Amino acid sequence: MKKVKADPKGVLSGSHYLDGDYAIAEGGLAAGCRFFAGYPITPSTETAERFSERIPSVGGVFIQMEDELASIAALIGAVWGGKKSMTVTSGPGFSLMMENIGLACMMETPLVIANVQRGGPSTGLPTLTGQQDMMQVRWGSHGDYKIIALSPDSPQECFDLTIEAFNLSEIYRVPTFVMTDECVGHMHEKVVIPPAEEIELVERKWYTGPKDQYLPYKNDKDMIPFMIKIGDGYRFHTTGLTHDERGYPVINAECQDVCVRHLNDKITMNADKIIRLEEDEIDNAEIIVISYGITSRVTTRAVRQARKAGIKVGTIRLITVWPFPEKRINELAKKVKAFVVPEINYGQMVLEVERCAAGQTPTVHVPHCGGWVHDPDDILKAIKEAAK
Amino acid sequence: MKKDNPTKKQNPITDLLRMDRIPHIWCPGCGIGTVLTSFAEALRKSEIDLDKVAVLSGIGCTGRVAGYVKMDSIHTTHGRAVPVATGVKLANPEMKVVVFSGDGDISGIGGNHFIHAARRNMDIMIICVNNFNYAMTGGQVAATTPKGANASTAPYGNFEYSFNLPYLAEASGATYVARWTALHLRRVTKSIQEALGKRGFSFIEVITPCVTLYARRNRLGDGLNLLKYYHEKSEIQHGADTRTVDISYQGKLIVGKFVDIDKPTFLDCMNEHLGKVLGDKYQPYGVNND
Repeated sequence: MKKVKADPKGVLSGSHYLDGDYAIAEGGLAAGCRFFAGYPITPSTETAERFSERIPSVGGVFIQMEDELASIAALIGAVWGGKKSMTVTSGPGFSLMMENIGLACMMETPLVIANVQRGGPSTGLPTLTGQQDMMQVRWGSHGDYKIIALSPDSPQECFDLTIEAFNLSEIYRVPTFVMTDECVGHMHEKVVIPPAEEIELVERKWYTGPKDQYLPYKNDKDMIPFMIKIGDGYRFHTTGLTHDERGYPVINAECQDVCVRHLNDKITMNADKIIRLEEDEIDNAEIIVISYGITSRVTTRAVRQARKAGIKVGTIRLITVWPFPEKRINELAKKVKAFVVPEINYGQMVLEVERCAAGQTPTVHVPHCGGWVHDPDDILKAIKEAAK
Repeated sequence: MKKDNPTKKQNPITDLLRMDRIPHIWCPGCGIGTVLTSFAEALRKSEIDLDKVAVLSGIGCTGRVAGYVKMDSIHTTHGRAVPVATGVKLANPEMKVVVFSGDGDISGIGGNHFIHAARRNMDIMIICVNNFNYAMTGGQVAATTPKGANASTAPYGNFEYSFNLPYLAEASGATYVARWTALHLRRVTKSIQEALGKRGFSFIEVITPCVTLYARRNRLGDGLNLLKYYHEKSEIQHGADTRTVDISYQGKLIVGKFVDIDKPTFLDCMNEHLGKVLGDKYQPYGVNND
């Protein structure tokens, strides 16, 4: 993996007062994103607006496409054309993107999609928050594949994790998602953007060997194939069909096995390197609250009160949501009395916690259908109940 | 695998094809290979640097073209070749970007992308092979199936109006619009050559026989019968008003070059406008982009 410093042209170094949506745009520009295709959708539009304003003087292209199907399609074309590319959307647009998220996975195309989540299903709550696309991001396109998803809890993290999303997408050649929500997206906070030389980026894994020997899907030692860009004379082929090392379609079970296994294994086998968690007071905890994004900030108050009441509560904040920290949750399930999982949906990531707890300890879900964050008292109540 | 015989005369378009993928999947009598031959011939004649040509396809019989050409090629999803091509062009403005796809892909599922790329005058070429039905899936009715024709999902005959694609392309903003049939090979080649030499959104429709499905269901005979139909019923009318070129079932086929105008492309407009508004802060994009 070749690391490079950020191009100062895209980095707005300094201390700013930004909302999460703008911070995502700045993170993208700092990460070297020079192609943005998008379609307006509340509550994510500000990211696109910021890109449209900033990118002309940074040497990139912004294009507002006709819909989200086209936005992600254009991203795929631009990435194979050699650009780092991203888009932003929310629930209904995210649903439209599912088709070509599958194509990006199949063609191992590194790109970044931010989803500023709102309440669903359907048009739902355009202006109000939700964390209801957490399973869709993992499973939304048809077929078996794996992606990486991160969940920022602040505008600062929107900036930081968008850069990290670009780096991970380049390392593993996989679509990577910044799964934020309306609250964080529209929350204004201090965002510190470091000088360009302090921002470390992962360069695309360019192929440099002889042209006639290039195989677009031949795995390197680290499981990840090398990339080239359109126009460099490799005359390569790529397809959404099940393919061999040459990128040629092969329609049989044997090739499918190799191809699909690879798309999944490259994430599963590197999960330990990808996963980032924030743990607090885990060691002697009898209850562990597992949360992510805006909900982890609401959880803080509930946990503080529970500790005051004498309950030993630890917390885990999922910074990486997918791949899910299976091993860690399974290990902790042996030690704690219960997991408590608040999230702004009717039961999504809690299913993963339950699966990994594997019956060793109960999992208490604190659901919220969206539209607002939890009342911390509801989380506190669940902690107290679980501690009984 | 058979070894090539060095004494055997090589087909002139072999260099442009991925010979390791031949034989292709198309049926005997199908017109897609014919259009592909014209495309290869046009590339050869125009002496264009093949490293700078990208071919994109969607899904369907024609969607397989991207897999057979020995150039940078992407076989995308159904209907999405045009927006993927937009991304390729904008990332890499020196590329000649060609979308080679079928009528269902371009005007059915991909219709919205098609009109918007034309509206923007995106500098890409669309070669649309129109065989009047969804062939890959077994001959279903399409947006181009003439009223009255039979299709597997219109077993009592199609009662919907069909698209007049040249009219749609022109109305949406295309700067080059032509229509030919699989019989007009040299004219197809010439049109592709002209479009390769132009900047802007160009659209070339080629009416082709689908012997296995459309012709069989409609009892129109084999490939030769369809070529005879093209011969008898096609009429070259360069510059024809595209409003008048719609196709009725086994009716007259008005062919020719209908539109050939020049206007600034998406990137021209972007560079001109942003340069004017932003002044020195703006560095023209894709100009001298090596």
